[in-house]
Amino acid sequence: MTTTTETPTVTASPKREGGRFSKWPVYLSVWVITVLWVIPAVGLFINSLRDPGDVRDSGWWTIFGSILDPATWTLENYRIVLQEGFGNAFANTLAVTIPAVVIPITIAAFAAYAFSWMTFPGRNLLFVIVVGLMVVPLQMALIPILRIYTSFDVTGTFPAVWLAHAGFGLPLAIYLLRNYMGSLPASIIESAKIDGASHWAIFVRLIIPLSVPVLASFAIFQFLWVWNDYLVALVFLGIDPSVRVLTVELADLAGRGEGAFSLLPAAAFVTMILPLVVFFSLQRFFVRGLTAGSVKG
Amino acid sequence: MTTPLLPDQESDVPEKRQEFEPSRESQDNSFAVWVLRILSALVVPLVIIVFFFSFQFLKDDDVNKILQVTIAVVVGVVGVWALYWGMDRMVNLLPERPAHGVRPFVFVGPALVFLSFYLVYPAINTLILAFRDRDGESFVGLDNFVTLFTESQYLIGIRNSIVWVLVVPAVAVVFGLGFATLADKMGKRAESISKSLIFLPMAISFVGASVVWLFVYGFRPAGFGNQIGLLNGIMSGLGQDPVNWLQQQPWNNFMLMVILVWLQVGFSMVILSSAIKGVPEVLLEAARIDGANEWQVFRKVTFPTISSTVVVVWTTVLITTWKVFDIVWVMTGGRDGTQVVAQQMVQEFFTNLNDGLGAALAVVLFIAVIPILVINVRRFQAQEAQR
Repeated sequence: MTTTTETPTVTASPKREGGRFSKWPVYLSVWVITVLWVIPAVGLFINSLRDPGDVRDSGWWTIFGSILDPATWTLENYRIVLQEGFGNAFANTLAVTIPAVVIPITIAAFAAYAFSWMTFPGRNLLFVIVVGLMVVPLQMALIPILRIYTSFDVTGTFPAVWLAHAGFGLPLAIYLLRNYMGSLPASIIESAKIDGASHWAIFVRLIIPLSVPVLASFAIFQFLWVWNDYLVALVFLGIDPSVRVLTVELADLAGRGEGAFSLLPAAAFVTMILPLVVFFSLQRFFVRGLTAGSVKG
Repeated sequence: MTTPLLPDQESDVPEKRQEFEPSRESQDNSFAVWVLRILSALVVPLVIIVFFFSFQFLKDDDVNKILQVTIAVVVGVVGVWALYWGMDRMVNLLPERPAHGVRPFVFVGPALVFLSFYLVYPAINTLILAFRDRDGESFVGLDNFVTLFTESQYLIGIRNSIVWVLVVPAVAVVFGLGFATLADKMGKRAESISKSLIFLPMAISFVGASVVWLFVYGFRPAGFGNQIGLLNGIMSGLGQDPVNWLQQQPWNNFMLMVILVWLQVGFSMVILSSAIKGVPEVLLEAARIDGANEWQVFRKVTFPTISSTVVVVWTTVLITTWKVFDIVWVMTGGRDGTQVVAQQMVQEFFTNLNDGLGAALAVVLFIAVIPILVINVRRFQAQEAQR
């Protein structure tokens, strides 16, 4: 490499070269913190793969004496856990999450388009209200909605939770989508209008395809939120074993005390596996959604 | 909402010109148009709600779930799109000027109706319930609030919640900032791996995280078998007696806060890291050339540049912390002096069936976030002014 090509690469690189800063203390402290950070989760993972009796009798760190011994490891916990309710709870959680993610997206996208590219009386005020609603604690909505649901006898049904999650997710969805759609260049929308395109055509053919990244961000955000939610599911779906979701099932198991301790690690990992996969494969979109400034009620 | 001062542009200004200057666009705001606007806002939500709640099929839990979900998704996507499309077509049948006034409400109306039904109306209703008795039937004045601010269990809850919001956001921001700054100085690969691992708890539910930490704080009295909790494992390794961490008042509160910090540092670190990378290299180099050491560069250049992001992260974590419920619920159930407002709120209305007191606790939660709500709205308006 010649000097002429090297110089611009260095300045263009987003990586900071820390000047006179010595590197090894940085590396050491970062890795020490990182290891400390993952130890609790790693411990749980190791426990999930140990014999149920061993989990009750000794700490997970004692495996290091017999780490290569196949007798140390077993999938028995996962088998028991999936048979004892967690398989069913996994299906319930999927049944809750998929519609609860899909339903608000369309409604929010139409609203975000109107807030960005249509004029109507009260537009700014209404959007300010949406921004304000993002901060309102969910707890403010629980009691009245539960009362309505109970009087219509829909408590403990999937649609009750789908629509509740859709409603609670809307402020963030509208806010994220509107910020994104509003920042699309006005010139493309104006030229489409000159060509005689209606709002419907502009929305469907132009805005939606251009908004795929932010739609994905919101979808991931809402997916993780609904999948990991405990409060909404507990209140509107309840603890009936036939409908309860993973978080409710796990909290129930954790509440059973020492006797259930051997099953807890595997159970916890059953609840975590899908969000972890989604999270790591789509981290980029998720981070983008986060950095767009998200506060959720 | 009528604007009589605006000249009536209907006659000779072509439609397209109006579209170019939306602020001067004339709108038909007559009574008939408002009726149509409200109708067009209501159709989609009503159809969705009636459909989802009236079909016994969707409510049965012994019906095939895959079928239920498939129908919900098909209706929730295709059906909803078809409804919007149908409404848009109907508006096309109107004369141009009223159509122009009604169409935005076809787009924005359903969302507003959902927000009203699921957030605005319940919030107002909760405000009213807070002044009613446990069944929400008779008016009891300020009794619920008097209970909250005189009985010690609720006062402890409020005290704990305040300590949570003082400690957790501060620690999460400081850790996140420190880690982001350090990681920024590493090689690209090392940085991305270490950041992903710190970020990992973000994907985990609060309930799952609580289970993770049950195996850190686990306790067995001495003589009742080996310790399986990590901290007590270390204690016995050091020859100390095991400690029942979750019952040591008031320190057990901090043990619970650690869990939320563990979950939130990743968020704080990722946002702050992207802000740090946005600090212009020129500024940093200039400071270094002037002889500043790394700490001075951070304090005098980096930090002032990212301070607004720090505020955003701080308030976001603060709101999450203020509403924390699951961690306390699972770890201690609010016993041993660990209760917090959000957990007591659920306990009152869900376990104790006291709607009035639950609503009052929700109102306390809400009132405390009003300053943040105002800050958020102001910040948003400032951003809009710059657009």
